[in-house]
Amino acid sequence: MNPELVRELVPAVIGVLVRRGADFAAAEDAVQEALVRALETWPDDPPREPKAWLIAAAWRKFLDATRSESARRSRELAADAEPPAAPAPAADDTLRLYFLCAHPTLSPAAAVALTLRAVGGLTTRQIAAAHMVPEATMAQRISRAKRRIEGLPLDAPGDLTTVLRVLYLVFNEGYGGDVDLAAEAIRLARQLAALSAEPEAAGLLALMLLHHARRASRTAPDGRLVPLAEQDRSSWDTRMIEQGVAILQAALARDRLGEYQAQAAIAALHADAPTAAETDWVQIVEWYDELLALTDSPVVRLNRAVAVGEADGPQARLAALADLDPALPRHAAATAYLLERAGDLPGAAARYAEAARVATSVPERDHLTREAARLRQLTRAQR
Amino acid sequence: MKYLLLKHYRGGPTPVVDHPPIDRWAPEEVDAHVRFMREFADRLVETGEFVDAQALSQEGAFVRSDGAGRPPVTDGPFAETKDLVAGWMVIDVESWERAVELAGELSAAPGPRGEPIHEWLEVRPFLTEAPSGSE
Repeated sequence: MNPELVRELVPAVIGVLVRRGADFAAAEDAVQEALVRALETWPDDPPREPKAWLIAAAWRKFLDATRSESARRSRELAADAEPPAAPAPAADDTLRLYFLCAHPTLSPAAAVALTLRAVGGLTTRQIAAAHMVPEATMAQRISRAKRRIEGLPLDAPGDLTTVLRVLYLVFNEGYGGDVDLAAEAIRLARQLAALSAEPEAAGLLALMLLHHARRASRTAPDGRLVPLAEQDRSSWDTRMIEQGVAILQAALARDRLGEYQAQAAIAALHADAPTAAETDWVQIVEWYDELLALTDSPVVRLNRAVAVGEADGPQARLAALADLDPALPRHAAATAYLLERAGDLPGAAARYAEAARVATSVPERDHLTREAARLRQLTRAQR
Repeated sequence: MKYLLLKHYRGGPTPVVDHPPIDRWAPEEVDAHVRFMREFADRLVETGEFVDAQALSQEGAFVRSDGAGRPPVTDGPFAETKDLVAGWMVIDVESWERAVELAGELSAAPGPRGEPIHEWLEVRPFLTEAPSGSE
């Protein structure tokens, strides 16, 4: 049995333990211990009933922990050695775990870590490696998060907005250690979209699929970032794009538009264009207008300004950008791009160099630096 | 978000408290300083914010290539140590504000007579590996 399948069992097993009377924190710890044991022993000795094995092992770990705890505090045992008959599994359990692990009282980093462990079934070691922090630090981050939500009922209605934000954060973290966090975020979003009737859950899944389908083309073999207009469209995963579009259409048909559906619609229009020149910018601008109505964010306004000018020409767009705060992320890069199209190469080079100085990631900084260098070379050649 | 808190031997703007180098402190003042650093790191493990802490020797040299087939050129030991990096701490925190708050606490490490040394620390955000957001 591969580790992916073991991980899929984790939220259900936590649910079983909670319904047998364990509190969430203790159940989660017990399942994590059983999971680590499963990953060690299953390759040599695979169980016939993986889920039953995991439930039994986790329940034993829970009882051991409860016993030593109760011995220390000389307290009555809450549970006996013989497990009560397992109630019928409720599909809602997993959904409630999503809500609990992304509870609004948790910081984003804490919610990400707890979600990856309790819903995603990753080990603390894997989560630590994916975020490049020591395992002890990650273990503390997770146990603090659990203390923070201690006593919250597992069956309270949750806040889907924070759940979606947490999954989107995981998706954008990309690769880390031996775990593909983008693929993991898609797995969790797919599970969530199956459990929740909210069209935004489907919208997020569609958005992730539409971005992920282009992943291979976004970086050159040497690690360079390839801008959308220059990507090799033949390497896009058309099956994944079709899937994303179908999920998006079904979500839009429910007629409750949200941020993720609107973003997915923009991604779908990009994915749909056979060449960059054939991009339907008019429709993209319309979706940006919808997005602005839903969330008036300066970043959306910046992206909208870029889209507007694709039809109206760089001068119109430069005017639109001039109205926006130059401190916005990517403002300098967007201005540089437009200055080049408007023919101001030295100006564009200067803005690219400025954008590189404020870039927040290594691939972006390197890309922007290369653009500045390319334009300075062109400028010298023209003299 | 990860931040580097970089400690120089004597770098940064003009020192606020002019204290002698640590090798001229009383042994128990050195011990108190070292204990503070260790406890600070332990506390950050507890809050889930610790990534790494390292101290560097003042020994070492500048090294550069001198062309193919030739041994690298070294320039050392260092004539002037005051601008050298003395060590660092890497933290993983929610915000720039939190990074500044922690750097402020670290800068108040005890020195001579147990007084906070108020040294300048360089605080620098890490560039991430994953590009941010969409195209």
